[in-house]
Amino acid sequence: MKKTLRILRRASKDSEPYWQEFEYETADGSATVATALMTLPVTWEHSCLQKKCGACAMVINKVPRLACDTCLADLKGDSVTVEPLRKFPVIEDLLVDRKDMMDRLEELRVWFANGADVSRGREMAFEASKCLQCGLCLEVCPNFHAEGKFGGMAAMAPLARLISKMPDAQVKELRRSYKKAVYDGCGKSLACRDICPAGINIEDLLVRSNAAAIWKRRLRDEEE
Amino acid sequence: MAESISYINIIGAGLAGLSAAKTLAEKGLYVRLVSVQPSQRAQSNLAEGGINASLNVMGEDDTVSGHFEDSMKGGCYLADPVMVKGLTEAAPSIVREFEKLGVPFNRENGHMIQRNFGGQKKKRTAFAKSSTGKALTTALIDEVRKHEASGHVLRLCHHRFERLLLKDGRCEGVQVFDIYEKKVMCMEGPVIMCCGGLNGMFPGMTTGTTANTGSAAAELFIQGVEFADLEFIQYHPTTVPITGKRLLVTEAARGEGGRLFYVKEDGSRCYWLEEKFGVRGNLMPRDVISREEDILGRQVYIDMTALSDETWKKKLPDLREEIIHYLGIDPKKEPVPVSPGIHYFMGGIRVDEGHRTNISGLYAAGECACAYHGANRLGGNSLLGAVYGGRVAAETAADESYRYFESAADNPPALFRTFESISASEKEAEARMERILVKGLSVRRNEESIKAALNELHTIISAEMSDEFEARYYLAEAMLLSALERRESRGAHTRLDWPETKDEYKKITVARRGADKTVISFEKITGQENG
Ligand SMILES: Cc1cc2nc3c(=O)[nH]c(=O)nc-3n(C[C@H](O)[C@H](O)[C@H](O)COP(=O)(O)OP(=O)(O)OC[C@H]3O[C@@H](n4cnc5c(N)ncnc54)[C@H](O)[C@@H]3O)c2cc1C
Ligand code: SF4
Ligand code: FES
Repeated sequence: MKKTLRILRRASKDSEPYWQEFEYETADGSATVATALMTLPVTWEHSCLQKKCGACAMVINKVPRLACDTCLADLKGDSVTVEPLRKFPVIEDLLVDRKDMMDRLEELRVWFANGADVSRGREMAFEASKCLQCGLCLEVCPNFHAEGKFGGMAAMAPLARLISKMPDAQVKELRRSYKKAVYDGCGKSLACRDICPAGINIEDLLVRSNAAAIWKRRLRDEEE
Repeated sequence: MAESISYINIIGAGLAGLSAAKTLAEKGLYVRLVSVQPSQRAQSNLAEGGINASLNVMGEDDTVSGHFEDSMKGGCYLADPVMVKGLTEAAPSIVREFEKLGVPFNRENGHMIQRNFGGQKKKRTAFAKSSTGKALTTALIDEVRKHEASGHVLRLCHHRFERLLLKDGRCEGVQVFDIYEKKVMCMEGPVIMCCGGLNGMFPGMTTGTTANTGSAAAELFIQGVEFADLEFIQYHPTTVPITGKRLLVTEAARGEGGRLFYVKEDGSRCYWLEEKFGVRGNLMPRDVISREEDILGRQVYIDMTALSDETWKKKLPDLREEIIHYLGIDPKKEPVPVSPGIHYFMGGIRVDEGHRTNISGLYAAGECACAYHGANRLGGNSLLGAVYGGRVAAETAADESYRYFESAADNPPALFRTFESISASEKEAEARMERILVKGLSVRRNEESIKAALNELHTIISAEMSDEFEARYYLAEAMLLSALERRESRGAHTRLDWPETKDEYKKITVARRGADKTVISFEKITGQENG
């Protein structure tokens, strides 16, 4: 298999971006964009190479995806364009700074103040725990802007983890955070629905979180 | 104001680093939590099968001493018994604490359940489907965030360790490189290394992450930090090569009933482990099964087709998805071809019971440290070891920090030196070094193969090596020398020329880098000395 990778590069934060092409040839039919990037002198972030860490999020043929989860053979044509995520500042080449996304969780006080309710919401907590903080959902969201109040699904999932096991003592605060960072800003476009590489069922998690945090319904405890 | 704060530096923000940070922050101390990437990217997130603790919830009369004995036996009696005792005693409260942090451990009938894992006589592994590491790490990240908000934990999460700042044999601080700003930073204070395993010495060959390059360990080694048991590398018996790495088929697959077999000439299946070791054959420790597979020399398969729908749905849904995604095989319907792959490093920075290294002011925990697992780690013990070890290291560092900071006050800090990373022209030599290591440290080794690897390694040294390459070279050499000097077979170290386990080698292998040479010695296991 032979592909031309057209990569949007940038030497540093302040320098101008430019396109550079690289030829990549391999006999490995399962090679991904990550496999190819490994061989190139391009800066990008990687760790698990099995879509479990969120490091390698980027825009491939105009679609935000994980490089390690994008099989070259599945991409049509001989040429592949690779660009950094657009909603975060670029540090170098494909490396972006996702600090704002993570810092927001501190502003929203995403932690259990006095421990979780152990017996509650296991399935929901499991689903929510899967969030990689990759930022792909923010990339496609029409309502997310780095400077805005809305945190997108990357804030919803971590908050949903707390909501699923909502300790009574933390109810008020959690509801407030959730309303501000998720409910008020979400236009329900659900552009993020099919993008989550962790396979989180975004719609379901959103409905359940809304029910508990906005409509004040007590989450149904699962039969254990 | 800020200048007056004394920080303890933690390098690595996986479970070990997070656990250390939490412990120190809870004591009211201040921490710099340094890592090349944020915690969400760390290898700890990849762990699947579970975490061990004798909770005794499965009606099998499990006890702490049972956990202790299985761990000691699994490690072929090379671990420090006092440390393993501490680990196994703390395990139940650690798992319960994670439950309070919201980890969705699998439950049935209102209580937590546990699964079988290799080398353990009881169902002792608590789990969240087969994404236990992700669930634990997410919970601990949230918990540490609380301390970030209070200012007790300062995150530096695009910062690479370069070297220790040493003065008169004492660790005065650490030099790191800010990858975003492209600048060197020097930070004073004690240092706790939690930088993960040596995956990067075998790129593409392990189940772990590319971020644990081994360069931090290598640099420590040439700065005089002692390493122990470097020859003990865990090959996991059920892995599959995928592009760029090896995919793990978690031991939970066998814990829940998966069976290993090969196909005989006549087309029938041979469940040879069951024939050889009896009903628990599929759950023998990893070193045993990987060795058996290597001896067999044929394609082995794992058969999970008999697992119930309920098990796939409630306990291993994520494993099934993963196998379908990467291999195009539905494990519910077809067996999966597997082979041994590098998975864990039992050896690492030598630490004592308080997780001190041989350098004062320097501690280590998690997979980068040699602790708890002896010659072979039991599945489910390393998440536990990372969390517990991080805590113990932090407690020791906290106790000693008062004296440390007092003496630092009237002692000007050591200055940084330039540090060269691996250059483009060294990449070829790097790749050769990796191939040499793979050959020399294969599942079964002998004097000839190890010496051949050493000889070949010695041909790649050159006068113009970068600091990073030089350090990696000497660490690679120390790994091979450790394997050469241990003239016995024990756990994950199988010597074809020395097949017996010998009492005289019931000692730890210590590797030290002297002025111009690496010295390997065998030393008493501390806890055994003290009774
Ligand atoms: C696929 C897989 C499945 C597993 N399943 C299980 C299981 O079911 N049960 C179990 O007990 N164990 C399991 N393990 C093992 C377990 O996950 C690890 O041993 C454990 O998580 C190690 O934790 P740690 O904190 O020591 O290291 P890691 O989680 O690897 O963290 C290392 C940290 O160090 C940082 N770092 C590395 N190098 C540098 C540097 N030079 N400078 C600065 N920072 C650096 C990294 O960014 C990271 O933050 C599994 C491992 C794998 C790969
Ligand atoms: S919700 Fe999904 S897409 Fe969004 S950050 Fe989390 S893992 Fe990524
Ligand atoms: S490298 Fe981890 S998600 Fe791609």
